[in-house]
Amino acid sequence: MFYREAGDFSTTYPQDSQTFPIKFDRYRYYAVLAVAFLVIPFVINDYWANAVFVPFLIYAIAAIGLNILTGYCGQVSLGTGGFMAVGAYACYKLMTGFPEISIVIHVILAGGITAAVATVFGLPSLRIKGFYLAVATLAAQFFFVWLFNKVSWFYNYSASGQISAPERSVLGVIVTGPNTEAWAKYLICLVFCTICAVVARNLTRGSVGRKWMAIRDMDIAAEIIGVNPMKAKLTAFMVSGFFVGIAGALFFAVYLGAAEAGDSFGIDKSFIVLFMIIIGGLGSIFGSFAGAAFMVLLPVLLKNVLVVGLGWPTDLAAHFQLVIVGGLIIMFLILEPHGLAQLWRLAKEKLRLWPFPH
Amino acid sequence: MKLLSMSVAAVMAASPVMADLVFPSLSYRTGPFAAGGIPFADGYADYFTLLNERDGGIGGEMAKVIECETAYNTEKGVECYEATKSEGALVYQPLSTGITYQLIPKSAADGIPLHTMGYGRTSAKNGKVFSHTFNYPVNYWDGASAGVNHFLDLNGGSLDGKKITLLHFNGAYGKEPIPTLTALSEKHGFELSTIAIDYPGQEQKSQWLQIRRERPDYVLFWGWGVMNQVAVQEAANIRFPMENFMGIWWSGSENDVIPAGDGANGYKALAFHNVGSDFPVFADIQKYVVDAGKAAGAGDQVGTVLYNRGLYAAFLAAEAAKDAQAASGNANITAADMRDAMEALKIDEARMAAAGLPGFGPEFEVSCENHGGPGNVAVAQWDAGAAKWSLISDFAPADGDVVNPLIMADSEAYAAENNIEMSCQ
Repeated sequence: MFYREAGDFSTTYPQDSQTFPIKFDRYRYYAVLAVAFLVIPFVINDYWANAVFVPFLIYAIAAIGLNILTGYCGQVSLGTGGFMAVGAYACYKLMTGFPEISIVIHVILAGGITAAVATVFGLPSLRIKGFYLAVATLAAQFFFVWLFNKVSWFYNYSASGQISAPERSVLGVIVTGPNTEAWAKYLICLVFCTICAVVARNLTRGSVGRKWMAIRDMDIAAEIIGVNPMKAKLTAFMVSGFFVGIAGALFFAVYLGAAEAGDSFGIDKSFIVLFMIIIGGLGSIFGSFAGAAFMVLLPVLLKNVLVVGLGWPTDLAAHFQLVIVGGLIIMFLILEPHGLAQLWRLAKEKLRLWPFPH
Repeated sequence: MKLLSMSVAAVMAASPVMADLVFPSLSYRTGPFAAGGIPFADGYADYFTLLNERDGGIGGEMAKVIECETAYNTEKGVECYEATKSEGALVYQPLSTGITYQLIPKSAADGIPLHTMGYGRTSAKNGKVFSHTFNYPVNYWDGASAGVNHFLDLNGGSLDGKKITLLHFNGAYGKEPIPTLTALSEKHGFELSTIAIDYPGQEQKSQWLQIRRERPDYVLFWGWGVMNQVAVQEAANIRFPMENFMGIWWSGSENDVIPAGDGANGYKALAFHNVGSDFPVFADIQKYVVDAGKAAGAGDQVGTVLYNRGLYAAFLAAEAAKDAQAASGNANITAADMRDAMEALKIDEARMAAAGLPGFGPEFEVSCENHGGPGNVAVAQWDAGAAKWSLISDFAPADGDVVNPLIMADSEAYAAENNIEMSCQ
């Protein structure tokens, strides 16, 4: 009844090609943005920021990055944790090397450095595909953890190899370091996340994204119709690296405040981001958000329900949490292999006909 | 939606109960280091249960231990910290160097003291820079120095021309002793080589091959979790003389040596508290906690090395809380009172005896400038026949001439990087 194109006339080409062509969808999107920008910052506290929203937003950026590479361009990557580490250490070196420059610029530069590094590590994708490429990117993961542990220049020769984020501010508001207010932490991540999502969405709708998808669906056919596989694959690695680098920089500077390569950016980071896009939906920006929400929020929710709500011992709850999350992942993959995004798509299809399906 | 409202309700249900003295326990009973995390968490919780049951709490206020599972994961550690800090937490003891590094700046900003007993950032000993972080009675650099001191004793005071290898976990924790050992090698003329073990360390064939080739006189070992057992087993396999193989205090529990059987006989480890259950407090724990069915966890860890460490951590926290109550004249102390009391804490023999722990740990005194005490460390040795650890030396101070300048340098670098003003002026 509400969710339909009927009566919503496009009179210009930009209107016709907008992201949300259905009015209801558009208003829902504006409502979400309004709540995120105008309501949550005023009610958020330290717990909600640090345990829920900030990790969710940062993982969403990382998931968007990996989704561009794996979901849109079909290049399987297990190097996400390593690339996040590149972003984090680049941000640290920039923050401590050029303290007078804004942290926003540092985060973007960290994304740029990661993009360059990811492009180099994307070169093998020109020759190898599928599982073999996954193994090649796995090498990147281990290489970076080793590098940031081994070469003390990256952690400014500190005794323990830990990096910690000094205090930096944006427009006079502290956004990194221990004295950051919850809302400032949240807002800086939200701004980056929103911009990344809008950029990613529009990239994937345009010619660049179509080339990626052509390569994903059948690379030989894509080459025959004039898509340059080298350019398409390397741009996918580059753009993906940029987003993942931003996620890594924010993860270290805003969320954790201190990090160590093996501890914070280990192989489990690569897997968790990969699970996010598989559960959320490959080749969908919404899926990146849904997957990040699933993987970040569910453990926190379960912990609160089991330990605080039901009073279970913490170890029992922690074990059950693994069982429940694992069980849900398997259930989702069996019932809906295309992820949460596909559920959302189906819901929209149903909604379009509701309440008169025949 | 229902789940969401349930979670909101759950968070609401955790709203502050300010009447108790809250001691959060960021424990890890799951994950790769659970074997070490469980006994520590049990000891920590049991000591407070004992105080509640036997003495009616601390100064008339019940102690409340809120456990939060971190699985040794830094992100979960942050979540646990945020979840518990609003409940009136008095002191945090995360038992993880990674989580400690996150909490050092956060806890200072929130005004809650952080006690990292024998782990964490060594240079936090400099209280001028790290106002809310305490690492008494010992730190890693004390440990490195104490290990070398023990080898000096064995060699009549000279290590000239000897070879010492540091076998360490390739991470923040394992890298900590390297600067100290480098400085000590220059001072005493021994040759230092370092061999790293990557997480989790189940496979150490190549490291021990290297040790076999280099034939060091002594091996110092900084490990945690499964890598301890593997290292002890590998040392036994290559027939490395066990009395020349010494672990840090985190590599010296029953878990680490029992799997190697008789091969582990004579393995040494540093210790900053006594071992065994031959202390009056254990009779009380048996009576008030274990027999009453109130023991934390499975209740089977009483008297193990790491249980004793958890108990010692709780003892130090409880003593500081008592001091805080006396100083503020208020039974219901705040985190700020607690911090001030920790900074003036003095543990002597009379105090340990009064708590049923005579001779359990070193005597030490904390001050505003020195948050770590003198760094008294003893050496424990494993007797495989009797299946028990015993201290083979007294608690002796570390080489302050080497350790203290390094602490100053590292803490000042941190202060400069983070624009911290020196306190204690």
